[in-house]
Amino acid sequence: MEYSKSKLKEEKVFKDPVHRYIHVRDLVIWDLIGTKEFQRLRRIRQLGTTYLTFHGAEHSRFTHSLGVYEIVRRIVDDVFAERPEWNKEDRLLSLCAALLHDVGHGPFSHSFEKVFQLDHEAFTKEIILGETEVNAVLSRVDKSFPKHVAEVIGKTHENKLVVSLISSQIDADRMDYLQRDAYFTGVSYGHFDMERLLRVMRPREDQVVFKQSGMHAVEDYIMSRYQMYWQVYFHPVTRSAEVLLTKILHRAKELNRQDYPFTYAPLHFYSIFQEQYNLADYLKLDESVMLYYFQVWQEEKDPILSDLCRRFVNRDLFKYVEFDPAKEYRKHSELEALFKKAGIDPEYYLVFDSSSDLPYDFYRPGEEEERLPIYLLMNNGELRELSRESDIVDAISGKRRTDHKLYFPADLLNDDSSKRNIKRQIRSILEI
Amino acid sequence: MLKEHAKLMGVFAACGEVIGRKKLQKIIYIAKKISFPFQEKFEFHFYGPYSEELTLRVEELCNMEFIDEVREKKGGYYQYRYTLTEEGEAFLKHTEVDIPHLKETVVEMNSQSARFLELVSTVLYFDTLTREEVTEKIFTLKRKQRYTEEEIQEAYGYIEQLKTQLQ
Repeated sequence: MEYSKSKLKEEKVFKDPVHRYIHVRDLVIWDLIGTKEFQRLRRIRQLGTTYLTFHGAEHSRFTHSLGVYEIVRRIVDDVFAERPEWNKEDRLLSLCAALLHDVGHGPFSHSFEKVFQLDHEAFTKEIILGETEVNAVLSRVDKSFPKHVAEVIGKTHENKLVVSLISSQIDADRMDYLQRDAYFTGVSYGHFDMERLLRVMRPREDQVVFKQSGMHAVEDYIMSRYQMYWQVYFHPVTRSAEVLLTKILHRAKELNRQDYPFTYAPLHFYSIFQEQYNLADYLKLDESVMLYYFQVWQEEKDPILSDLCRRFVNRDLFKYVEFDPAKEYRKHSELEALFKKAGIDPEYYLVFDSSSDLPYDFYRPGEEEERLPIYLLMNNGELRELSRESDIVDAISGKRRTDHKLYFPADLLNDDSSKRNIKRQIRSILEI
Repeated sequence: MLKEHAKLMGVFAACGEVIGRKKLQKIIYIAKKISFPFQEKFEFHFYGPYSEELTLRVEELCNMEFIDEVREKKGGYYQYRYTLTEEGEAFLKHTEVDIPHLKETVVEMNSQSARFLELVSTVLYFDTLTREEVTEKIFTLKRKQRYTEEEIQEAYGYIEQLKTQLQ
């Protein structure tokens, strides 16, 4: 039997707190799950530093990837299977792309990519197309199959319907992470009726659309997404942890540039620092490795690196104040000067953070062809953009709500054993 | 602080006015690809390279009243015009972000149509592919735009022109 159609003798199931069971019958999927590149995702948290705010948020990209696969499996096997607009030949492509969509993520990937100017999507592509176990499995299906999978994930595949299952404004990726992140953080937002959403999905040439009768389920999903962004993803304490993490990586990179003699040499980072990394170097880095360095770097002689690592490991995070950059940018320059006078390096200890620095996005109704919006399939067959039909969605979509904060180590500023007057001045400006 | 925002404001200052969100997205993407130091992350969307981060930064600049956004109806959709405000100018002076050659490059791009810049940015997005493969990609992914071989040729020429200007 062709590898692409081979089934396991018995269905395998993964117990899952969000979807109850994740069902695997296809040998290709089973083999992909067993590859070392996919197993590596067990060591990368889905929500990065969020576990320092919501202690339950320890779930990995491995479990999320399985969840996205399961949602797509339900869509293609249970909802689309008998629909004339759906080509059953695209089933395996959809399942593989769903499973592998995050395979290139690095440790604490948001901060990591920002500091080292990396792109996890490029690594995803390389894992799928390069000399890896994932590529070996996909190539057994067909020589050109890895390329198709990479194109679906990269959103450059000609089959836009398959692309939209994995990546659109209402896709399996978001449907899984909203529910999973809500479950593991323990918040009461993020819940919506996914079964209903799946039932009202209809395949069209270019994307998935939703029956008009399911509009309220779509509204519920949009509301969940909105609330999760503000309550979980943009949480100021999580942002504080991200700030610390970013500064640790910046400091280590800078020390390496200055040929600082590390007591604990950053062996896993050298190729990244020198921008001479390859895929093998990248894959060796996971969050366990990063946390090891943070642990041992607490003992480094460099006071900034050791202090930042101590703060991260012991969750002694920076405090924050709301900061309006439009009105207060001069104040920021003043603070920088005062921090220097107080002997606290503002490069590492006075950090301005905007909501645009975060990787999550809101529903946008697609004006000026920016992003493909969500369409409702009306009873007369017409397609209507969601926010034109739904007052609730209209009220929250495309609305500007941004958020800026200034982070700093309150303990250092409150320590009056030295530079007392300067610190008092700083506290007065920060109103703390 | 706000260094990335300031770089974008530099583009508005240089252009005087940018008409259309799509055009803005493509200008920044092309500038980044030809090695101007923009940090926004782009992904391929249905209409070419798009950055959510850029969209958010522009929203923040509007909220801060550093740029002015005018929404106007055009055909079946809304179009947006962007200009730098006086407060924006003052902030820009304060930050002193200066990127050599950026001004003439973005002014040149701003004189092109959004449709053409969409094509140029798509060609750049697939710059690891051969020209034949890029042409095939454009014909399949952007069939609704009905780009011709001549336009694709022109896009390649334009990229070379921009790169030459930087040397």
